[in-house]
Amino acid sequence: MSQTIATPPTVRLDTDVIGRPVSRPEGPAKVSGAAKYAAEFSVTGPLWYGYIVSSPIAKGKITKIYADEVLAIPGVQQVFSHENVPSLAWFDRSYKDQVAPGGSPFRPLHEPEIQFSQQPVAMVVAETFELARYAASVLRIEYDVDEFNTDLKAAASKSFDAPKGKTGFLPPPKPKGDMDAAYADAPHKVSGEYTHRAQMANPMEMFGTTIDWLGDGKKMKIYDKTQGAPNVQQYLTKIFGLSKEEARIISRFTGGGFGAGLRPQYQVFMAVLAALELEHSIRVVMDRSQMFSMGHRPHTIQNLRLAADDKGHLQALEHTALAETSQFEEETETVVNWSGIMYNSPNSKFDYQLTRIDVNTPADMRAPGAATGSFAIESAIDEMAYAAGVDPLDFRLLNYTYEDPTENKPFSSKRLDACYHEGAARFGWEQRTPEPRSMRDGNMLVGWGMAAGCWDASTQKAAAKAILHADGTLVVNSATNDQGAGTYVIMTQVAAQTLGLPMAQVKFNLGDTEFPEAPIQGGSWTANSVGTAVQNACQEVGKKLLKLAQDMDDSPLKGVDFEDVQFANGCLRANEDVSRSVAITDILAASGEAKIEADGKAGPNPANLLKYSMHSHNAVFVEVKVDEDLGTVHVTRVVDAVAAGRILNPKTARSQVLGGVVWGISMALMEEAYLNNDLGRYVNHNYAEYHIPVNADIKKIDVIFVEEEDHIASAIGVKGVGEVGMLGVAAAICNAVYHATGKRVRELPLTIDKLL
Amino acid sequence: MNSFTLTQATAADEAVRDLTSHDGAAYLGGGTNLVDLMKYNLERPSHLTSLGMLPLADITGLPDGGLRLGALATNADTAWHPEVEKRYPLLSQTILAGATPQLRNAATNGGNLNQRTRCYYFYDLAAPCNKREPGTGCSALTGPNRVCGVLGTSDSCIATQPSDMCVALAALEAVVRVQGPDGERTIKFQDYHRLPGDQPEKDNTLKPGELVTAIDLPAEGYADHFVYLKLRDRSSYAFALVSVAVGLKMNGDTIEKARFALGGVAHKPWRDQAAEQLLEGQKPSPDLFRQVAAKVFAEAKGYGEGSLHNSFKIELGKRAIVRALKQATEMQYEVNPNAFLNSNP
Repeated sequence: MSQTIATPPTVRLDTDVIGRPVSRPEGPAKVSGAAKYAAEFSVTGPLWYGYIVSSPIAKGKITKIYADEVLAIPGVQQVFSHENVPSLAWFDRSYKDQVAPGGSPFRPLHEPEIQFSQQPVAMVVAETFELARYAASVLRIEYDVDEFNTDLKAAASKSFDAPKGKTGFLPPPKPKGDMDAAYADAPHKVSGEYTHRAQMANPMEMFGTTIDWLGDGKKMKIYDKTQGAPNVQQYLTKIFGLSKEEARIISRFTGGGFGAGLRPQYQVFMAVLAALELEHSIRVVMDRSQMFSMGHRPHTIQNLRLAADDKGHLQALEHTALAETSQFEEETETVVNWSGIMYNSPNSKFDYQLTRIDVNTPADMRAPGAATGSFAIESAIDEMAYAAGVDPLDFRLLNYTYEDPTENKPFSSKRLDACYHEGAARFGWEQRTPEPRSMRDGNMLVGWGMAAGCWDASTQKAAAKAILHADGTLVVNSATNDQGAGTYVIMTQVAAQTLGLPMAQVKFNLGDTEFPEAPIQGGSWTANSVGTAVQNACQEVGKKLLKLAQDMDDSPLKGVDFEDVQFANGCLRANEDVSRSVAITDILAASGEAKIEADGKAGPNPANLLKYSMHSHNAVFVEVKVDEDLGTVHVTRVVDAVAAGRILNPKTARSQVLGGVVWGISMALMEEAYLNNDLGRYVNHNYAEYHIPVNADIKKIDVIFVEEEDHIASAIGVKGVGEVGMLGVAAAICNAVYHATGKRVRELPLTIDKLL
Repeated sequence: MNSFTLTQATAADEAVRDLTSHDGAAYLGGGTNLVDLMKYNLERPSHLTSLGMLPLADITGLPDGGLRLGALATNADTAWHPEVEKRYPLLSQTILAGATPQLRNAATNGGNLNQRTRCYYFYDLAAPCNKREPGTGCSALTGPNRVCGVLGTSDSCIATQPSDMCVALAALEAVVRVQGPDGERTIKFQDYHRLPGDQPEKDNTLKPGELVTAIDLPAEGYADHFVYLKLRDRSSYAFALVSVAVGLKMNGDTIEKARFALGGVAHKPWRDQAAEQLLEGQKPSPDLFRQVAAKVFAEAKGYGEGSLHNSFKIELGKRAIVRALKQATEMQYEVNPNAFLNSNP
């Protein structure tokens, strides 16, 4: 692998660790099993187990629960259902978490009404896991079943404009020019409908909660699987009327989240309910099939119309989408805006509608909205390029925009052109013959396709605390999360470099509401936001250190401003003359302080937000080999060139992009939750039948980070890499399959049957 | 809990006596399917007769030149056995196309024959399923049924037998040896599994208490012309949408003997002897293969269109037969059979 990263200083110091491919400090703990996940923590006293009972019906009402039969089983402690849940917070707002969409959030065990299949309807608490599971299996519940509809198309006539209200949701851009006239008049035009159905985030670690009931009033240690401990704490304290001290959330490790852990899930609600009612420690873990009851990437139908002039300049662009939501909330994603941000067409029109079906509320899933939108627009652009007789890469370069046409603002930086050029060179794009079916490898048809993507570079409010001890060890705390992305290592790097300490002397802690608040881990904003807060906290420590250094007898740094010093190799020294240097441990020893503490904060820069459009970009090049007779598609080669600002750690950033490419292959070829509209239920609710790639499906993946550093997007120059890597992959694969076979597939996943 | 008792049997006749003397008893082999089913609460045996101590794990030659596969030999030990690799590479390849190394290390040959369907609805207690609960209905007839069958189906069940290994055993015309309360008997492989008819709860023709003790392979292993073609939604750990196991005996450029079976399309490994006969004495040609494929699927019935429904399997199955026959006839047998392991076409 190779990538271009920020230009290093001429003399590289041992403590200049930002930009180096260092390994995760928590790696050995993870691979040896020492790292504890939410359902693995021990508690002080005996532990009871809750097992959730899920509704077999999609809509209706519980008429009877035979709890007594189950309570008669020795060892069963309680059966919770709507019949015995205590009075909790009344208003919807108490149930709204930080990323709740509009509507009325689902309240577990609140009422007998069933709103979606697999809705949790009861929880059995018993002294062992096995007993709880057994008792849950024999709990008899009777229902009145109502008519339901889970078919998006059948509900399409009742669609409505997606409402504003959800954090981060951008309503569709305003129209420009006269779309219909421009489309009618243009010499080259294409139109198509693009579809994918529900997809499940399905992280390996099941959602689970262990509560240590501390026997001191209502004080609990709540070990939860989440992408954001503070969000869970706020949710629980509002609903159950708890103080922050009573509901401490701990989430040291998260075994994948991908969006499923953004909102507090129902098992944490049920665990807290049981702990408070029974005044006892408890563990509640979903089973794999229940993981399919949570939010999912919504089934979305998109329609694109594009037109171009004879030279290949876009003249008309229309992108509309219809997505499912539940009966009780309005989950919204930014789906159609990306077309407008990526391509400047003088005439354009956008629309984004929702319609209600009887399922649980969909949820953000990796690159929410953009993965959906980029599949459609980047497929349509390929079709447009073919219709106009222009190479798909040339077509994108012809229609390249240096300003964001949807907001008429310049980009804070945009090196998508470099992604195109470096990606194409690495891939060997110039060797491509454009005609479909023109490339072969033995009996296999070969196809080369490409696509591009765009994601927000956003900074959220975040905070961190840095504590420098007299022995020169530095502890930095923030209530952020690491769902596998590499938060531990990059924050350790930022802290180490800011104070010029070896990484081994720096310990970064996360996932605990006793730490300064940080946003949920999503949106690719952790590196930007928490990284800046960590840097600021360490700089504040540094300022205190300089003052203490200057108080030392015979200080070599007297009269030097903070701007004129550097921290390197464990010393504080003057930029102009590095021999004017004091060891950090000497400063602390001379001061007599046991430790120095400082807080750091970060947040969006309102002035920059007004002036600039801030995005990361990528370009993906894909080779497929297709056995035409049998319809099999193999993705044999992928080059993903990413412009994501400064890359703090090329090793973990590369892993993020590799995972994104694998996800894109999965979305393109395999993923779909099979919805049975007769039962109103997903039916392939396990890892055997919900397909994601195995190792044998993944061949060569080449990641390029183009050189980019953007101090407008964030103080530390970072844009974030969590989502951008997967963008365009599904479209590039479909485009490659078209190049290979001449068949255009507009419905994902592209399974064998679609090529027969 | 669904409590159960367990006996560790040491001989086949003892196992049969133990099982038949308990109500609601089941044989426990490698446990890779039964234990899952118990965890899903789909099977609730009150007694398990464990077969782990039975001396049935050997693979031994037979006087007629065939090979006897002990019912308790693991799938992995069978696939990698030198005699199997050399003389029955079709079987070896087919076993290795299924499940994962971990599962194959635990799963037994007898258990492989008796594994239950992977139909979504069989595994979902919230869904009607005639195989799981006779009389409740079949959710697969109209719902997503990509995993279900198109041949030999009935109005009460369209589930498929999910084994890869069994597809090869059908093509190889293996014989299943069973021991029951009335002693030993043999069952031709094609008669071992059954079609669903109006009793989809019955997967096979075993009588109550009967235990599979061995699988006998005839002397002919088609080691020179064979192929297992498995089409599925990903390269590993996925059940076949359609699979074809072919064994041919060639005489020059004439097909002297042809045996083939299909997986993923029926309640049993699907053999069509009339279609096999179309091949015998003929020279390989695309037309001939297409004629054979058309014959196999002449009576096929699809259950709905689109990727969630299985009508596509009829066309896919025909194409798979044509490709598999082509590969088997053209095969250069000096090719290392292991080279096929990852050659998901």
